[in-house]
Amino acid sequence: MSQSRRLVKGGRIDRDKPLSFVFNGKTYQGYEGDTLASALIANDVRVVARSFKYHRPRGVFSAGSDEPNAIVQLEEGAATQPDTLATCIELYDNLSATSQNCWPSVEFDINEINSVFMRLMPAGFYYKTFMWPAKLWMWYEGIIRKAAGMGLAPKHPDPDRYEAIHTHCDVLVVGGGPAGLAAALAAGRTGARVILADAQCEPGGDLLAETDELEIAGEAASNWVSKTLAELRDMPEVRILERTTITGYYDYNWLTALQKVTDHMGPDKGGNLPRQRFIKIRARQVVLATGAIERPLVFAENDRPGVMMASAVRTYINRYGVLPGRSMVVFTNNDTAYQTAIDAVRLGAQVTVVDARPAPQGDVVTRAEALGIQIMDRSVITNLHGRMGVKCVTVQHLGEDGTTLLGKPIPFSCDLVAMSGGWNPTVHLFSQSGGKLRWDDDKTMFVPLAGPAINPSRSVGCCNGTMDLPGCLAEGLAAGSKAAKDAGFGTGRAPKAIKATARPEAPLRPLWEVSCHGHKSRFHDFQNDSKVSDLELASLEGMVSVEHTKRYTATGMGTDQGKTSNVNALAIMARIQGREIPAVGTTTFRPPYTPVSFGAITGQDRRELFEQVRTTAMQPWHVANGAVFEDVGDWKRPRYFPQGSEDMHAAVLRECKATRDSVGIVDASTLGKIDIQGPDAAKFLEMIYTNAWAKLGVGRCRYGVMLSEHGMIFDDGVTTRLSDNHYHMTTTTGGAARVMGWLEEWLQTEWPEMEVYCTSVTEQWSVASISGPKARDLLAGLTDIDLDPEAFPFMAVREGSFAGVPARIFRISFTGEVAYEINVPTCYGLHMWETLMEHGKAHDICVYGTETLHVLRAEKGFIIVGQDTDGTCTPMDVGMDWIVSKKKADFIGKRSFTRSDTAREGRKQLVGLFTDDPSFVLPEGAHIVDTATPKPPLRALGHVTSSYMSPNVTGPDGVNGDKGRSIAMALLQDGRNRMGDTLYVALMDGRVKTVTVTDPVFFDKEGERTHG
Amino acid sequence: MPNPGLTPGSMFLSEYAMKSKYSIFSLLRNSLSYHQNWERKWRSPDPKPAYDVIIIGGGGHGLATAYYLARQHGITNVAVLEKSWLGGGNTGRNTTIVRSNYLLNESAAMYDHAIDLWENLSQELNYNVMFSPRGVLHLAHNVHDMQEIGRRGNSNYINDVDAEFITPDQIKTMVPIINLNCRYPVMGGVLQRRGGTARHDAVAWGYARAADSLGVDIIQNCEVTGFDIKKGVIKGVKTNRGVIKAGKVGVVTAGHSGVLADMAGMRLPIESTPLQAFVSEPLKPIIDIVVMSNTIHAYVSQSDKGELVFGGSSDPYVSYSQRGAFNQLEHVVGPLVELYPIFSRLRMMRQWGGTVDVTLDRSPIVSKSPVKNLFFNVGWGTGGFKATPGSGHVFAASLASGEMHPIAAPFSIDRHYTGALIDEAAAAAVAH
Ligand SMILES: Cc1cc2nc3c(=O)[nH]c(=O)nc-3n(C[C@H](O)[C@H](O)[C@H](O)COP(=O)(O)OP(=O)(O)OC[C@H]3O[C@@H](n4cnc5c(N)ncnc54)[C@H](O)[C@@H]3O)c2cc1C
Repeated sequence: MSQSRRLVKGGRIDRDKPLSFVFNGKTYQGYEGDTLASALIANDVRVVARSFKYHRPRGVFSAGSDEPNAIVQLEEGAATQPDTLATCIELYDNLSATSQNCWPSVEFDINEINSVFMRLMPAGFYYKTFMWPAKLWMWYEGIIRKAAGMGLAPKHPDPDRYEAIHTHCDVLVVGGGPAGLAAALAAGRTGARVILADAQCEPGGDLLAETDELEIAGEAASNWVSKTLAELRDMPEVRILERTTITGYYDYNWLTALQKVTDHMGPDKGGNLPRQRFIKIRARQVVLATGAIERPLVFAENDRPGVMMASAVRTYINRYGVLPGRSMVVFTNNDTAYQTAIDAVRLGAQVTVVDARPAPQGDVVTRAEALGIQIMDRSVITNLHGRMGVKCVTVQHLGEDGTTLLGKPIPFSCDLVAMSGGWNPTVHLFSQSGGKLRWDDDKTMFVPLAGPAINPSRSVGCCNGTMDLPGCLAEGLAAGSKAAKDAGFGTGRAPKAIKATARPEAPLRPLWEVSCHGHKSRFHDFQNDSKVSDLELASLEGMVSVEHTKRYTATGMGTDQGKTSNVNALAIMARIQGREIPAVGTTTFRPPYTPVSFGAITGQDRRELFEQVRTTAMQPWHVANGAVFEDVGDWKRPRYFPQGSEDMHAAVLRECKATRDSVGIVDASTLGKIDIQGPDAAKFLEMIYTNAWAKLGVGRCRYGVMLSEHGMIFDDGVTTRLSDNHYHMTTTTGGAARVMGWLEEWLQTEWPEMEVYCTSVTEQWSVASISGPKARDLLAGLTDIDLDPEAFPFMAVREGSFAGVPARIFRISFTGEVAYEINVPTCYGLHMWETLMEHGKAHDICVYGTETLHVLRAEKGFIIVGQDTDGTCTPMDVGMDWIVSKKKADFIGKRSFTRSDTAREGRKQLVGLFTDDPSFVLPEGAHIVDTATPKPPLRALGHVTSSYMSPNVTGPDGVNGDKGRSIAMALLQDGRNRMGDTLYVALMDGRVKTVTVTDPVFFDKEGERTHG
Repeated sequence: MPNPGLTPGSMFLSEYAMKSKYSIFSLLRNSLSYHQNWERKWRSPDPKPAYDVIIIGGGGHGLATAYYLARQHGITNVAVLEKSWLGGGNTGRNTTIVRSNYLLNESAAMYDHAIDLWENLSQELNYNVMFSPRGVLHLAHNVHDMQEIGRRGNSNYINDVDAEFITPDQIKTMVPIINLNCRYPVMGGVLQRRGGTARHDAVAWGYARAADSLGVDIIQNCEVTGFDIKKGVIKGVKTNRGVIKAGKVGVVTAGHSGVLADMAGMRLPIESTPLQAFVSEPLKPIIDIVVMSNTIHAYVSQSDKGELVFGGSSDPYVSYSQRGAFNQLEHVVGPLVELYPIFSRLRMMRQWGGTVDVTLDRSPIVSKSPVKNLFFNVGWGTGGFKATPGSGHVFAASLASGEMHPIAAPFSIDRHYTGALIDEAAAAAVAH
């Protein structure tokens, strides 16, 4: 029968909006306002999932994010969502979900066999076995891996969109129950900017599960909620975030939230809205009103479908209009569960209360008795039958010691057990914020320890251990006002108290575990199948620290992170170890409070918006002319420009040759550029670079290397003095951001007295570098700058116009040819480039990319930092002794040169290598040894750092030519003393190549061409 | 690698006189008595007045050191002092990646020695540490990365550490969920098949149990608060449980090493920073090997329980707080979703942090100190879990003989004075 457990009326569901959904292949009906869990209960679906380890049948247990059992795979295909709580899925039309971790079906699961062998699989059994034979562990592991895990990951990319945003507020109120609403109201009325975040589809918290008997401010609680929300919505500075869980509480009152924007609509129904929004909130003040979570009771077979939390049963009845059981046993040690009994009986259920307390008394008990509810006091459930759903429980009297069972066991048939072991304040966020907890013996719960907080927050209501409604409201009002005042709003005095129905409660009787006969399973952690006997075993084996127990028994390690299990486990450990509960300690609560999808954290920064590709102004030309690109940092740079059917090898040979024969052009815009200004700029550069800068003339350029504190090369580039206090620094492409951070770090932390300002201008300038014998001719017709070598010498800058636009032209060279780096504002970059290409035709201009750039500089023995150096190289190691000033009093890294190992002879030094076989290009990274028959392991002398085919270099054997000849650079132990030596390069495939050590400058050793 | 010292698996279980052996049979037997007769894994002794050797720090490295002292060198009058619960430092917080494909000879020697020991560790300790050599793959996303893995692979080859270059197609077969054509296209990779993961807690527990059974006193909740040093010689330690005399003392305190050195009047070239990790909810297996990428600063593996285990780089500021800033995680999650698009719908279940002790060159300090008989084994930073057996083994040998074991020798604190740094960082920004 459809929705056989649906009540004829009541609940916050919309009976005019029936929805159909599919669970495990069967179609069911529910209503708008249902959760998947409530709809399943309405349809009398009892077994919803299988447990993690023993594959025991499990049903819906709670009504919120503390659910340990009813975990399902939502939807299929690309939009699938594994490990989703049925209790938190809002029903939508055509929803489809399946049980996970079971085969072939949830009713009949092969792996339930584990349950039979349960005795062989106590806590930590895997540490004791699977060790023989040793070789088989990987096989065992394969089986364990398959059996473990829960849901299935999607197989296709996520079709949804996400957003991640930042926001700020004066007061953040977390939780929209009575305490939170009162706090938001009090804070909002001061004019403070307030955010009220609530995880549910509508605020109200526990009040949503109430009947109209409960009154606030003289009317039904639900009316008060609506009115309060209306007032809050009218306040311009108040924002109510529904379906928003605060997931993390970090330092400096920085919190993260997950807002489910369209999850409740179903796949593809969100239109332009993102599926989820990740909100990062900086709040001046925080009010935590996160409520409390009901504690399960730990008794024999307490995990069977049909055993539920009493408050959840009440929620299903009142909020969702479903009656989870017709004949129900309410098992409790406190007053709150009586409300469940009362509400259920009124709707026609048969209810028996099993109360652990002797002769419970008080208002709620009297009311229950008046309704004819049978109350068995001083009683507990000692056993339960019904593998696929509760059929019967056995009840017995409990002795005064709390463990002895007295009298005869009495069986009760029933189809539902609603249990309550008391309440645990939801202190997770408080604890994440650095707050400490205190055990309150009267209330039998951990509550926030008052006192100066690391992060300014106030806990109010149930999460503060204040369990009565008037108290919650009063605390909320007071905290809201105080928080607003601390944020600079209002007087701090709370508004007039709000009257509400008081339900005085008699004390509970602590009942952490219920004795049973024989060795029955008593679960404290449902999701991870952890039982009392596991805790006992852990203690027996000496795992007494709470962290050891947790890790050994997997308590609290599930997706619910122990929301229902942690405190019970602590209390049971206390009993086992003969200690007080607080002496056992607590484990650390870690974010997130509930799981957060990675998509949401990523937000909009994905696909084309993920670390956006940086391109230069010349990109359209590069693309149009067939460039093959490579990633350098975030940039796409042309690697080479193949013509016709050329491969990289052929293209690069052609480009290299053309550049040395006529003129080559490369897009150098990606080089890091930093504008450095200020009266101390020269002094600053003296410290940053190893060579002298103070006397560099205006208009002149100089090459410099920067060292780490260890004296090791860390970046290099040419810096130019534009005016007395104004420099233009260039860095490597990949190192630009690092250098900028480095400069700022020194300025801000070590030399704050220096007046120097650094600005990244990488993107402001487009740079074309032309080099080759015809470079000057090409430039001549395009600029008003006097290019005469006397007027514009090597290592100088001139400003003027280029092709009608303003330009800075640097005469610097990375190829060893006459070369100019033409800088124009980026908006003219393409214009500059096209002009050069057009006019260059007459000079046989050849465009080249990074690969040719690398070959040309290698021909000249110029290093690439990070390729020919690796953070263990000093300038001396790479043959640049000349760049290290002997005169300067100090520069970064100088002191390290006096260290014995840094100063020693015979370090690894940069050398050139010629292969005996001129056509063989050594693999970069290959290692150099001194034996022709290397047998690893052996000590290498060094390794090849750069290796290319060059069309311009002539080897010792006289070989060069169109096919090129191979050249390599290497870091070689005592390299400079090995010039001319024959050594060997050991390839990974076993081949050995003979090489001759040579100077790393392969071409134009005298540097005549540069100055030409 | 040549393996001086120990032949793994050379000693065997029968020597465990004091503890009964774990096996499927003992499980069966104990299940009959409802597991009520298992022995304690380790005793909980009060500190004796004096020990031959005191190890400060009950993490994996400290416990391993104690174990090898007893097992290899017959020095059993040993105490491990742990201020909290054993294994609760970085040992119990790390992402458990084990590999030895380091670039520099000194590192390769140390970590490969560890792998040799990992391979038989479960049998040696009679405790399943779940060492799972499922393979560790480093991805290359650009030409520079290709050069880097080229050098790494070749260096491994020369050091006889296993390394294989892998093409993008092979990568796709091994890791079907990867998106090769992502923002930073995957150009290739280098695979170490002997690398993998292990179960961190089990390593601490296994060593503790084995050391205890050889007579080592493991004393938890015992915090060292000072040293007793006379005329430049260590005499003992001060603790919250009184003064304990010692012939030799080994400091193995990871994130708190600076604090301990300070007690001995020294400064170490170490900064302690938070390093974070996080896991997803448990899933059926989707990734069978460990995949690391230095370019995107992220790595992933899947635990036997089904959680995806992620980590990134350490926070950029110093702190002892064992918690880090969220933006560090964001920087990891973004690239991960880019590289593995299906992760988008998966969820972060738990994040945490540890305090890592990072030296100037990011390599450990395994060393004597200016105080006679006071030794340090610290500075393992972001990547010391994988070294646990090797580190313990060579440190024990050094403590026993008073002279640093050849594998440990290059890691002397002296290198920070001489400049003979062992700096892997230039090649690998993520050093796990
Ligand atoms: C998030 C994270 C991820 C990591 N991932 C990896 C990885 O994938 N692979 C890898 O190889 N490594 C990884 N590491 C690094 C690795 O965890 C550590 O290098 C290694 O575990 C260090 O072991 P240990 O025994 O030296 O230190 P710990 O386990 O930290 O032990 C030190 C012990 O000393 C104790 N102690 C401190 N002060 C005192 C005192 N005064 N008295 C007594 N006891 C004291 C501490 O309580 C602690 O238990 C990671 C680390 C972190 C934090």
